[in-house]
Amino acid sequence: MNDFVNQFWNWYVILLVLVSIIACAVVLWTQSLPPPAKLDTTGHVWDETLEEYNNPLPKWWMWLFYITVIFSLVYSFLYPTLGDYQGVLGWSSTGQLAKEEAKVAEQTRPLYTKYMQTDLKALAGDNAAMETGKRLYLTYCVQCHGADAKGSKGFPNLADADWQWGGEPAQIVETIAIGRNGVMPPHTQLGAETIKDLANYVRSLSGLPADSLRAGKGQEAFNSAGCSGCHGPDGKGMQALGAPNLTDKVWLYGSSESTIIETITKGRNNQMPAWKEFLGDEKVHVLAAYVLSLGPAAGGK
Amino acid sequence: MSETQSTYNYKVVRQFAIMTVIWGIVGMLVGVIIAAQLVWPELNLGFLHFGRLRPLHTNAVIFAFGGCALFATSYYVVQRTCHTRLFSDGLAAFTFWGWQLVIVLAAVTLPLGMTSGKEYAELEWPIDILITLVWVAYAVVFFGTIAKRKVSHIYVANWFYGGFILAVALLHVVNSAEIPVTLTKSYSAYAGVQDAMVQWWYGHNAVGFFLTAGFLGMMYYFVPKQAERPVYSYRLSVVHFWALIFTYMWAGPHHLHYTALPDWTQSVGMLFSLILLAPSWGGMINGVMTLSGAWHKLRDDPILKFLITSLSFYGMSTFEGPMMAIKTVNALSHYTDWTVGHVHSGALGWVAMISIGSIYYLLPRLFGKSEMFSVRLITVHFWVATIGVVLYIASMWISGVMQGLMWRAVNADGTLTYSFVESVKASYPFWAIRFLGGVLFLTGMLVMAYNMFKTIAGGRSVDDARVLVPAAHHA
Repeated sequence: MNDFVNQFWNWYVILLVLVSIIACAVVLWTQSLPPPAKLDTTGHVWDETLEEYNNPLPKWWMWLFYITVIFSLVYSFLYPTLGDYQGVLGWSSTGQLAKEEAKVAEQTRPLYTKYMQTDLKALAGDNAAMETGKRLYLTYCVQCHGADAKGSKGFPNLADADWQWGGEPAQIVETIAIGRNGVMPPHTQLGAETIKDLANYVRSLSGLPADSLRAGKGQEAFNSAGCSGCHGPDGKGMQALGAPNLTDKVWLYGSSESTIIETITKGRNNQMPAWKEFLGDEKVHVLAAYVLSLGPAAGGK
Repeated sequence: MSETQSTYNYKVVRQFAIMTVIWGIVGMLVGVIIAAQLVWPELNLGFLHFGRLRPLHTNAVIFAFGGCALFATSYYVVQRTCHTRLFSDGLAAFTFWGWQLVIVLAAVTLPLGMTSGKEYAELEWPIDILITLVWVAYAVVFFGTIAKRKVSHIYVANWFYGGFILAVALLHVVNSAEIPVTLTKSYSAYAGVQDAMVQWWYGHNAVGFFLTAGFLGMMYYFVPKQAERPVYSYRLSVVHFWALIFTYMWAGPHHLHYTALPDWTQSVGMLFSLILLAPSWGGMINGVMTLSGAWHKLRDDPILKFLITSLSFYGMSTFEGPMMAIKTVNALSHYTDWTVGHVHSGALGWVAMISIGSIYYLLPRLFGKSEMFSVRLITVHFWVATIGVVLYIASMWISGVMQGLMWRAVNADGTLTYSFVESVKASYPFWAIRFLGGVLFLTGMLVMAYNMFKTIAGGRSVDDARVLVPAAHHA
């Protein structure tokens, strides 16, 4: 915890700070002795009329100044101020944070222990636990998945029946705890025409209007160009890879022909960050139950 | 002595004085627009959104409005109190046109998103170089004039102007050290927490020197002139001048409380911010007490109203600042609207009001009139502006404290009581009041512009003001 490359700078800081604080008081002291006689002007005149009285320093003001200096000197020895010296009270900002966090952890431990011992599906039906889950969601998840959990372009909807990485309790916990990285590789090598065929085929899988000639050619390419390797021969996707189901009318990036062409051509690289280190297993557990409670299967919203 | 040697250079003062009012309107208009964007988010159109316009607002009001006011008054004051013409008319003209070019370049580049990303120092490196050139010329003109003064003692206003010019040169050069990549992009020469520390050493001293020391120089000339009373205490001005310019340099770390900055650095910043309270109040006392024995003048002199009210706001915000620099208070106030309110009680209440009062003093003298076109309109301006400031800072205090309390509220289960967006929602009414305060303040500036152009229309450019011979017992 040494902020200095060597002791010279440590002592440099200590001396400079102390001398500077004391210097403020010394300037004040020398200028208050002896007090000038009241209502004397200094005798100088500028620009016809500008003159200066030489009233003594207001007493209350002087004491205000001295008090701030004395306070600063006392504070410097109580709290970390003088270089590496940690202060008599042993306070530090990181220590304060750790203490506050430990206090909250201690206070909430019985509650989270109970939640941890409750099966995820049962927890999803526990109103009090889901109130906690909702507030955790509104603090940590809302930025990407939205206040209504319906996501937006690139950020999955958590309130529908579709699960990109699986909707089983253990899978949801894994998604939140260690994160996910979904990669759709770019396919420029296929050429613009084939990509357009593929886009039409993909649209036809969801029953969207598509050029049937192109969709037919696209279906061939889907199998020959390797799409089916991840999305499956029937286009129903593969949750283990996070490869989306292309037949369920759920679109992560959009369903227009141009968007699909962009997805196939340039690929997509998407990341769900890992929360285990930051939130701990208990909160991940409660959040997973909350996400489960959002889905239609759980009778959620 | 030649003819030009025996008159004051009022031309450059006139140019800067007029542009103070013009840029004041521009900068405050942008402020009103971004205040409206916070209330009605759909007003964020294209690249003219809050993120691009906010730096334009801060640069326009600080460097265009405040800067022109400082140039105008310092050039006037240094000539009058040194009893000599400016050191160089050519260099003075260069500072005017150079500074206007800086402002125009800022107005073009900032909305286009060209920024070095340092608050109050966003301008990119070619503009930074231009600022440096203008500033060196400014220093030469100012200190050159001091050097050829006809009186032995340097008047107190000039200490503050001089301190401001030197400190701003130092701050600008050190903080703007950067590595150019292209014509419009550069990266800071510092990294990590050191970059943050250099930035806030600059940032707080931009407040301390650009927005305080320079305007104290203004105060020390225009308050005793308008009140027709001697300055209250020479002794007090000596103590608070040296204490102020020494202590301000240390206060920057209070912008980085509870960050990666080492605890000891944060503590040093907090302590010197507290010590700064008395030196700051020294300036307020010296200004306000100058009026003792002439309080009645405050009743019907709107210029004096501006000057003295500005000192009250100065006293208030320099009390508030040290309090907010205390770590535990800062834990509540930081990142909230309270900071925005604090800045504006200084920027509108102190900086703008003392500038407005001083410009009202200057304009008739620069255009050969005994007073402004309408003294009544100055009174109108005063009340509209004062109500505007009060609405602004009161609404920001309330929303700021409210945000701080909402953000830290915790439930029994350890979760936050309010999501961030709930604090945003709760802030709307106060942002609407802030917008109204801004509209009022801007309205006052428009009244001022009308009054100014009417005064100019009925006057003439004074270029024959004879340099006064110093008072006899002075020589």
